[in-house]
Amino acid sequence: MNESIGSTTDIVTHLQERFPDAVQPAPAPYQGILVAQDRLVEVATYLRDELDFAYLSSVTVVDYPQPLNGMPACYDVVYHFFQGRGGPLTLHVQADRENPVVPSLVPLFPSALFQEREAWDLMGVRFDGHPDLRRILLWEGFDGHPLRKDWKEVYYEEEHKPFGSRFPDGRPVPAESRSPFGDNLRYPPGWSPRDWRPLVDVWGYAPHDELARQEDPNHPADRVVLNMGPHHPSTHGVLRLLVTLEGERIVKLEPMMGFLHRCHEKIGERNVWLGNIPYTDRLDYVCAMSNELPYVLAVEKLLGVEPPPRAQYIRVIMAEFTRFLNHAVSIGFTGNDLGIYFTAMLYALEEREHILDLFEMVSGSRLMCNYMRFGGVAHDMSEEAIALARALAFERLPRYLDQLESYFTDNELFKARAVGVGVLPPEMAVAYGCTGPLLRASGVPYDVRRAEPYFAYDDFNFDIVVGQNGDVYDRYLVRVGEMRQSLRILQQALNRLPDGPIMAGRKSATLKVPAGESYGRIEAPKGELGFYIVSDGGPNPYRYHIRAPSFVNLGVMGEICWGHLIADVVIILASIDITLGEVDR
Amino acid sequence: MYIGWNILKSLWITFRRFVESYIDDLRWLFKKGFGKRYTPETLPVRQHPLTKRGIFTVQYPAERLPLPERFRGFPFLVYDDETGKLLCTACGTCARVCPPQCIWIVRATDPQTGKPLREPAEFYVDISICMNCGFCAEFCPFDAIKMGHEIEVMAFDRADLLLDLEKLRRPASYDAQIHPTDYAQKQARKGE
Repeated sequence: MNESIGSTTDIVTHLQERFPDAVQPAPAPYQGILVAQDRLVEVATYLRDELDFAYLSSVTVVDYPQPLNGMPACYDVVYHFFQGRGGPLTLHVQADRENPVVPSLVPLFPSALFQEREAWDLMGVRFDGHPDLRRILLWEGFDGHPLRKDWKEVYYEEEHKPFGSRFPDGRPVPAESRSPFGDNLRYPPGWSPRDWRPLVDVWGYAPHDELARQEDPNHPADRVVLNMGPHHPSTHGVLRLLVTLEGERIVKLEPMMGFLHRCHEKIGERNVWLGNIPYTDRLDYVCAMSNELPYVLAVEKLLGVEPPPRAQYIRVIMAEFTRFLNHAVSIGFTGNDLGIYFTAMLYALEEREHILDLFEMVSGSRLMCNYMRFGGVAHDMSEEAIALARALAFERLPRYLDQLESYFTDNELFKARAVGVGVLPPEMAVAYGCTGPLLRASGVPYDVRRAEPYFAYDDFNFDIVVGQNGDVYDRYLVRVGEMRQSLRILQQALNRLPDGPIMAGRKSATLKVPAGESYGRIEAPKGELGFYIVSDGGPNPYRYHIRAPSFVNLGVMGEICWGHLIADVVIILASIDITLGEVDR
Repeated sequence: MYIGWNILKSLWITFRRFVESYIDDLRWLFKKGFGKRYTPETLPVRQHPLTKRGIFTVQYPAERLPLPERFRGFPFLVYDDETGKLLCTACGTCARVCPPQCIWIVRATDPQTGKPLREPAEFYVDISICMNCGFCAEFCPFDAIKMGHEIEVMAFDRADLLLDLEKLRRPASYDAQIHPTDYAQKQARKGE
């Protein structure tokens, strides 16, 4: 690490001196640097090897059909790099509008593996040198790239909400009555459904069939290609794992997703700024409260609003309760997937009920809380709610945690299945962009709450729980440790909860956000949850991208399952802890 | 410790919890009798995280748990009990802020002069696409639209889920009944 380089501005100047012809500062409302397309790999290698930007958090594309905010008409590929403690460094690479091609960063940062596929799928930017550039959320053969600004969905109404047909003379028109076979459905000339055969490998069997044919002469077993899912009780949703097996050992495993894709980002660009908050709850439906936080954080950064202390404390309380319930449910599911059935799960759900009661009392809804607002929270915590939160944080949940440890931690069945299974080395975890308990179980003490403190997290004493071996058992231990730390934070926050307002300024239904870009990230229970937003100064987001921890963490699944038994896949998946709502968005 | 000890310990925990939930339910049954197990006086004890023992089953359609005051069901329109006039002024804030855009408003016009009036002629909420976010109630400047506590909404036809003005009307006394704290605060603000 070059010691003389500290802040992001220093890094930008340093890079400009190092690469005078390739790097220039990004145009005014944007942050970071603009890199020439052909020098991207060189700059990224330098960032990784010399400046310690080991962690490529997010890769995404913004479509500019017309020049905007000082950005020319192009496809702007945006990379967010982080150091162990520092960043973000935002890299902008402008791709040509006619033939958008950008060199791939997968050889340097495998964390771009899925994210570049997603960018190709939804924006149609090719990444030159990507080992496996296929669609990831949509199916092969889908017409067009839906996040481009000129792409219109089937029930297209208007470019932005609020839709004009609602007021002042609005009559209801159900979406069904708007024909999906209207202007937005196109067929190739001469197309007929009868003769149609898929031209490409729609279900992705080809590489697996190829592998299955090359049998190992030293191994007596046949190679078999097997589909796990999309309807499989242990995949936690509609995830399909395509596996090539040799006997019972995994030769190749590929997660295939997109079955729950709900066009979240496209809807987000139609919505007004405020209207996106309830939609974020639907991402990771296990921990809705903490999904709203990075979005409001990103918008608050652009607005320049700081929530008052009481609101910040309430946010921390909600986020930590969410972390507790997510880890409890996750450990319960691990038990379920292990074959100890639903008992541990139901014990977790019983505690979760109490936390959801608290959420319902505070926000009005158990799961889809819709509680955070720009500059504060929607409602104050009543005395009754604080009393319930205290009862939970000081007595009920510590008791549950002790009981959980007494029946889980030394359980012989659990240890026999979990110790030494699914080992993830720390270098691989960092390279693949893993975050959350998955990364910390491998021994990397990286936590956004410490690396880039947000809200009031600087006020609290807590430890970053780290594992040693990076196996399934260590991930369990890290989760239990994090639950204890969550309780520590909760107890401090409830003891010191300040009085005062819960909103900075007045709530406003119509909000205009200054032009610019912003990346808000928090340590969600599953890992780093980031929202990248671009504003053109209007009432709607220009670009709204979610860096979902489950999605990026799944990228390492194929690597850590290699050589394990098929029965271990289930428990490795449970230990990664994914929610399909967040993976597919 | 020999192998299997922890398994036995886990099984003991499971068995204890199994027994506990039955003992507790029977205890309340003897104390209060049938149909009195989940009343507003027993539930705070049975549901409270510190005093509860074991889990219990509520026989749902016959017995039900109370909803918290802030619970967000589907929106309704408040009218004054005495005059029967809606508080809504057809300003359209709710229709603008609604994320899934499920609110339609037609403003009333004066039949003689043709000028727009400050009241809705028609008001539709399509609760089949309503996402219960509560923005309409939160941002209404006149407290004219509120989130109700009705959760049992079903229909054989999707068109029946499109609520019009008649189906949306509720008296202010109903609002006061389901939102007591909120209503008291509002009255106090008015009195100042």
